[in-house]
Amino acid sequence: MNLKLIVIFLLMLCLGSFALAETNTVNKDSTAVDSIAPPAPVTMFKAFDTPNDHGHSITLNWQLSADDGAGQNSVLQYQIYRWVPYLMDSLTTLRKAMTTVKEEEIKRGHEKVLKKEMRSLKKEYNAVLKELPSAHKAYPNNGYWKEVGKVPAGTKSYKNTGSKEKESQDYLPDLTDFYYRVDAVTKDSTVRASSKVFGPVQCSGQWFNTGRIPVLVAVILFTFLTIYFVEKAKNGAKLYVRPLSGIEAVDDAIGRATEMGRPILYILGLGSVADIATIASFTILSRVAKQVAEYQTELLVPTYDPLVMAVAQEVVKSAYLDAGRPDDYKEDTVHFVTQSQFAYVAAVNGIMLRELPATNIYMGVFFAESLILAETGALAGSIQIAGTDQIAQIPFFIVACDYTLIGEELYAASAYLGREPLLLGSLKAQDYAKALVIILAIIGLIMSNFGWTQFTDLFKVAN
Amino acid sequence: MDLGTFLWTTFAVFLTMATFSFLYKDNPFYKFAEHLVVGVSAGYFVVILWFNGLIPNLFQRLADGDWYLLWLNSSKPWYIIPAILGIMMWARFSKKYAWLSRWPMALYIGISTGLAIPLTMSNQVNKQLYATMVKIDWAHFFGHGSFNLLDTTSGFSQLIIFVGTIASLIYFFFSKAHKGVFGAVAKFGIWTLMIGFGASFGFTVMARISLFINRMQDVKDWGKVAFNYSGNNQNYSVWFPIVFWLFILFVIAYIIYEIGYYLRSRTNKA
Repeated sequence: MNLKLIVIFLLMLCLGSFALAETNTVNKDSTAVDSIAPPAPVTMFKAFDTPNDHGHSITLNWQLSADDGAGQNSVLQYQIYRWVPYLMDSLTTLRKAMTTVKEEEIKRGHEKVLKKEMRSLKKEYNAVLKELPSAHKAYPNNGYWKEVGKVPAGTKSYKNTGSKEKESQDYLPDLTDFYYRVDAVTKDSTVRASSKVFGPVQCSGQWFNTGRIPVLVAVILFTFLTIYFVEKAKNGAKLYVRPLSGIEAVDDAIGRATEMGRPILYILGLGSVADIATIASFTILSRVAKQVAEYQTELLVPTYDPLVMAVAQEVVKSAYLDAGRPDDYKEDTVHFVTQSQFAYVAAVNGIMLRELPATNIYMGVFFAESLILAETGALAGSIQIAGTDQIAQIPFFIVACDYTLIGEELYAASAYLGREPLLLGSLKAQDYAKALVIILAIIGLIMSNFGWTQFTDLFKVAN
Repeated sequence: MDLGTFLWTTFAVFLTMATFSFLYKDNPFYKFAEHLVVGVSAGYFVVILWFNGLIPNLFQRLADGDWYLLWLNSSKPWYIIPAILGIMMWARFSKKYAWLSRWPMALYIGISTGLAIPLTMSNQVNKQLYATMVKIDWAHFFGHGSFNLLDTTSGFSQLIIFVGTIASLIYFFFSKAHKGVFGAVAKFGIWTLMIGFGASFGFTVMARISLFINRMQDVKDWGKVAFNYSGNNQNYSVWFPIVFWLFILFVIAYIIYEIGYYLRSRTNKA
């Protein structure tokens, strides 16, 4: 009996100790969770429309929580919440429906039923969009807090930027009331402290970016300089431009081609018609084409861009007309090759080896093809003159061509060749602007080294 | 590697060799590769323009309108304007209405230039000017820690960059002849530019060499897969050497033709 009692007692003791151990474990865990005390919330929280932008963006600033990097040092990150009305979910549903219909339209062709459905969905979508400002005004009813971003501890600001596209998923409407709050979050995401809610705040676009005033001043100054020198040139003032060996070689190169009875190859590069280097190249092409027409030499202009081709055709045509030989102009003098970079190179290389031009002129925007073209031209024994504003490609032209116009020399060349008051005037304006830049840079360096940064800050431009 | 894959990779290797044959002289292999790549790229870009340009940027945006109303009832009818401008470019094919194509071109150039002016002024003048006005690090004038003239952040380097920038700008001054002190500074400017160009040249040549090595590795890997029948190459097929030797025969035939051509031209000259 005693033995039985002892066994029962021992069994109970074992079970009791197991139970105790389990309870202890639970207690231990709960102690671990409870050990994180809620952190202090962020202070001085404010939200405002992001300045100098196109709208659809709110900037949030705050002072760090007292437990961020100090105090309990428990803040790991800040989570930013925006109050969103339920109506936004309706927009998401409608957006999804529209995407489905659009996909179906692509699959099945533009069926009338789908078109009708799309139209009604868009109508509904626009109607919901119209209600959006009033739904935001209904805060705190009919909505919820949505996390819009998070930043690591130590960060004091966040920019909530959305899309301007109404159909976009992150559309952030302008002139609509928004409410924000920032949560200081510890390693246990349930232990956090929310800031006071800030709102209403609205975003809107600005017509003028005040951060770019220095650019405006520079443009106005440069415009005045240009107008002044253009007028001066128009009034017959002799404006000196130092000779550029590369440009003076153009005349000789055209003469050489005429003597040899071989064509002149003019490459406008890979730039678009809007690139400044391509525009400068058109002026040089005009001059070359005029001389070519006078000497009755053949001109070849293979182009990469269809629009460049169209403009080049006009330029060459006008040059032939100016030279008094409109009948000598051939439509295929300027022709399109392809818009693939290396395929274009392959084709031009082929022209160089088959037509054996006496002169190759490369003027415009060039990329990786510059060395391949210039090397092939050198191999074919042509005189080569190049000019580009692509700094990375200039070295290749320097080593493989007879003459190279470096960067701005290309723009100067067009003025030098054309001798038109408009171009000469703008070249002079550029020179004076450069002189101004040199003076300002020297003054700025001195000021900066004396710690007077107010002067240098005048030239700071916002992105 | 199945036969289809083998044929295509062999073709790629053939085109690589055909392109390199240009280093010898212009020849039918190069001509073939050149015409192939030009033709394929031209066709490819037409398709790209259609599917990545016209369809998403024009047709899909006007899709909810009706053609018999000239898409004016679509939700974005303003997309018809660029479409019309695009069509006007086609007027070039008519001698009578070719002038119409100048309108879209003028608009395009005008808008692009207008956009480029503030951007260029901001990026190439204002920002660079601001970056030039640096505070020279006098405390570390000859390097951080020890004397090191190659330390790019030392005060000495900062000063060299500043002087080089000013001298380079002076080189691009076109209103004054490069003579006397002005000429000497301009010369220093062009030297600075040339040092920069030299470094850039060397860097790019290294990149090109690595491209060449990459291509040669492809050729080597192709050979390994195709002809390594002695090893554990289960992909090996008897067709591989047959295609290869056919190709070699082709090249030999061309070489014989070239030699014959050379001899004939010598006889004619004599």
